[in-house]
Amino acid sequence: MTLPRVAAGAITLRMDTTSSLTPYLQLVQQITHAVRFGQLTVGDRLPTVRDVAAQLAINPNTVLKAYRHLEVQGLLASRPGTGVFVAKELRGPSPQDQAALRRALLRWLAQAKEAGLEAEGVQALFADTIRHYTIDQALAS
Amino acid sequence: MNVLEARHLGMRYGRKWALEDLTLDVPGGRIVALVGPNGAGKTTFLQLAMGFAEPSAGTVVAFGLSPRRDAAAFLPRVGYAAQEPALFRRFSVGDLLKMGSRLNHHWDGTMAASRLRRLGIGFDLSVASLSGGMRAQVALVLALAKMPDLLLLDEPMASLDPLARHEFMRLLMAASAEQGLTVILSSHIIGDLRATCDYLVVLTRGRTQLVGDMDEIVGGHQRLVGPLDSLDAIGRVQEIIQAEHSDRQANLLVRIRGPLLDPRWESFPVDLDQIVLAYLSRNAPISDFDTDLKAEAAS
Repeated sequence: MTLPRVAAGAITLRMDTTSSLTPYLQLVQQITHAVRFGQLTVGDRLPTVRDVAAQLAINPNTVLKAYRHLEVQGLLASRPGTGVFVAKELRGPSPQDQAALRRALLRWLAQAKEAGLEAEGVQALFADTIRHYTIDQALAS
Repeated sequence: MNVLEARHLGMRYGRKWALEDLTLDVPGGRIVALVGPNGAGKTTFLQLAMGFAEPSAGTVVAFGLSPRRDAAAFLPRVGYAAQEPALFRRFSVGDLLKMGSRLNHHWDGTMAASRLRRLGIGFDLSVASLSGGMRAQVALVLALAKMPDLLLLDEPMASLDPLARHEFMRLLMAASAEQGLTVILSSHIIGDLRATCDYLVVLTRGRTQLVGDMDEIVGGHQRLVGPLDSLDAIGRVQEIIQAEHSDRQANLLVRIRGPLLDPRWESFPVDLDQIVLAYLSRNAPISDFDTDLKAEAAS
């Protein structure tokens, strides 16, 4: 199957209007994801602000904000007059660590099922625990 | 820096105030969504900002210029397009371009022509033969060809289908990136505005209800659901915009003013539609009620 090539450049940015993430954080997340999973590597040029704004019908300031955010983090670097480039690799947890975390989670899910907790209940408990964890961390700092 | 400043701006038609005591600063380089129900005063405000009429009260200036007193300096810097663009129906698209270049001192005809080509709008087409979406795009291309610093768009997409709205927005966003202009866009359709506009003004009955940065506004509101008996405690920390409740549970739309520490309360993100709706319904019925009370007291 041939797909239409909608935009020049290594990746296609998207805008999900149903997402609860703000538009600029959606772009931040997509670019970070592309770097983490190797669709973007060091030296790759990102599409221009104008092209992303025109392609997705989004505010150019939103694109700028996303690029700036990632520049501050050191993931992107802008070279005046030439564009914005990927400046570093990103490594998440190693595949081994990820596999170990997944195994631990599967054990826990089996335990939850035994205790009578369905998928919906698991999600609610998970969201609630994360919220409390975040609040506790914020209060502790 | 503010591009446009309105101070106690008002417009009265007969005994009815279409716009009353509007004070508003529009920062430069933004794409501003001017949102409100029909009759809120959006069109009146934009018309006063263009200098189409003399305000009944207050002032409006753009770039420090009065749209009427300093018209000669003001008009070249501002572009305008309305819902039903005033294009001569028997003209061809090419005629409109020629007319624009003769009537305007600053005119980028090359840019206008290349935009129209990219949109697939032929210069020999007559205005009458264009679809609503194309007509809106032509009106926008012409307004942009003036190379304005400020662009005022009055419900430019009201009569367009979703695809034509999207195409219109793509053109506007590209132009905004290329020309770095300030845009004020009035609309009663909220959906498209979240990702296109970075500043929000909610207007009802000629008054502003909510003004600010789009991300801060959307991120700064939440829906809170929790036990009714602790509603007062929540209200002491958060600003409650809209509240509903059953016997034991309260359902609030709040502007976040502090941390949510009571674990019995759950919070959920809200989208722009819900926020605007909450502000509109907060204000409309209450002022009705007030007016009714005053009328009762007077009789």
